[in-house]
Amino acid sequence: MAQIELDKIQRIFQLGDSEVHALQDVSLRIEAGEYVSVMGPSGSGKSTLLNLLGLLDRPNDGTYRLEGRDVTTLGPDDQARVRRERIGFVFQSFHLVPRLTAEENIALPLLLAGIAPAERKTRVAQALSDFGLGTRGDHRPDQLSGGQRQRVAIARATIMQPAMLLADEPTGNLDRATGEDVTALLETLNGRGVTLIVVTHDPHMGERAHRRIRMEDGRIQSDTQR
Amino acid sequence: MMRSRDILAFATRAATATPLRTALMMLAMAIGVAAVVLLTALGDGARRYVVREFSALGSSLIIVLPGRTETGGLGAGSFVTNTPRDLTVDDAAALQRSGLITRVAPLVVGNSEIAYGGRLREVVVVGSSTAFAEIRNFTTAQGRFLPEEDWRRGSAVAVIGATLDKELFGTEPALGKMIRVGDRRYRVIGVLAASGSGLGMNADELVIVPVAAAQALFNASSLFRIFAEARNRDAVPAAKDQILDILKARHDGEEDVTLITQDAVLGTFDRILGALTLAVAGIAAISLAVAGILVMNVMLVAVTQRTSEIGLLKALGATGRAIRLMFLTEAALLSIAGALAGLLLGHLGAWGLRLAFPVLPAYPPDWAILAGLGTAIVTGVLFGVMPARHAATLDPVDALAKR
Repeated sequence: MAQIELDKIQRIFQLGDSEVHALQDVSLRIEAGEYVSVMGPSGSGKSTLLNLLGLLDRPNDGTYRLEGRDVTTLGPDDQARVRRERIGFVFQSFHLVPRLTAEENIALPLLLAGIAPAERKTRVAQALSDFGLGTRGDHRPDQLSGGQRQRVAIARATIMQPAMLLADEPTGNLDRATGEDVTALLETLNGRGVTLIVVTHDPHMGERAHRRIRMEDGRIQSDTQR
Repeated sequence: MMRSRDILAFATRAATATPLRTALMMLAMAIGVAAVVLLTALGDGARRYVVREFSALGSSLIIVLPGRTETGGLGAGSFVTNTPRDLTVDDAAALQRSGLITRVAPLVVGNSEIAYGGRLREVVVVGSSTAFAEIRNFTTAQGRFLPEEDWRRGSAVAVIGATLDKELFGTEPALGKMIRVGDRRYRVIGVLAASGSGLGMNADELVIVPVAAAQALFNASSLFRIFAEARNRDAVPAAKDQILDILKARHDGEEDVTLITQDAVLGTFDRILGALTLAVAGIAAISLAVAGILVMNVMLVAVTQRTSEIGLLKALGATGRAIRLMFLTEAALLSIAGALAGLLLGHLGAWGLRLAFPVLPAYPPDWAILAGLGTAIVTGVLFGVMPARHAATLDPVDALAKR
């Protein structure tokens, strides 16, 4: 049993009178601990694929089995629980809450899971030192550099120790050097066993993945393993 | 599941992150609550003022009026013309025989002119007896009140109000001076202490003469009223019955007088002004509904502004319920804070009113405070439900795409 099993996934968007097939007959198996990059031109369906994998979107047809469980038929609250406990998101624009400090942003998933304040504190402190943010805990996002912001976002994505990390253009808003750092950080996490799926435009970053999936017009064009 | 303390903390942070928006919303709520508190304080203050003024008359007072006032609506009897017998001094004297009545004062009232030393003015002349001073709680600043004497005799003496004393005599001593009222002359034997109060008649501008003197002045044999004071408040109903019995016997068995007691008048005013206060409170409550709609609008704007945050929270695994609770809590917090600020504002306003008008006991009644706070919080939460539901049903993919 693979960690992720997609079977004949269809995703159709209604745009006015016309239908857009964002995903057509996508079938995919990803094992736990894999490092996968998803590349392709704009509108090829790679973001839609990531949203589906992250349970933010539902397919029109087909099944998605996560760790052996069919998650397409789950109710919204159960899907929220799966997102909370098994999936971490990293976004291009970081998506930090501007009024909250780095610490509070990292603690958000723990807050939503109802974890006691004392435990939250120790786990956040650990995450801050792990991600080299030791002195930045009480800074708000606008007081942090781009790289620091993305590190906060990654700390937040991993604080619940998810099974997989879904990253949508994680270096898209960063300069080259900082991007390298963030990529290295994600790869380190992958080295510890977290499945890493990265959607990217950047060929350089795409090349680094062990498995590269190329998408076009909502279909998987190529799927190469290194 | 999210802890309620965390929801509260999160909502507080969200509310304080946009101080201007929060302050405006609180202001709207505060004005509504302050309006309720202040207007009811005004209404209730007026009610208390009137009640107190009436109580100054004495609570065991029974006023006898000539003529029967039908209180049971229009009946066949109402159309039978009955010219009532006049009340006379003998009627008043007869009431003194009742063991339940301690004081009786006959009353004649009319307008005339008063003159002294070339100064002349219009004046209200009251003809009464010694007991009138005690019944109306009059005290004399100089001299004494009307002497005890036969009500049918009427010596040529007068007691004048404080204002009249000042206007006619200035700094000159009034006692012992002869004044002219109408075409008769009286010697001033007393000056009333300034009181200023007294509904209808201002005691400071009265001239009081013995009842027979006033009847002679106005060439009348009837009385305007009889004031009777029962032994105490509890004796009032029994005393009323006795008065009716005595007067019925004297008026050939016909019940042709009306008795008014303090409690009845007081009760009526109390009810009217109470209803008025309630109506004013209702009008003020409309502003609370308006504030509620404002809360809804502001919260909807907040949801729109924080769309990407809501998308993020969903991606991090927040349930729809958790998001609904966060926004509802925020609306409730703003309403409660606004309502409390309004309460403070209202109390300040009422305090200002009391400073400006010391006679008006402008304290907001407890029910109005509770109703004002309750309405504010309930409308705030109710109008917060819609934006909160809207936030909870946002599509996370679309929400995340918003910057």
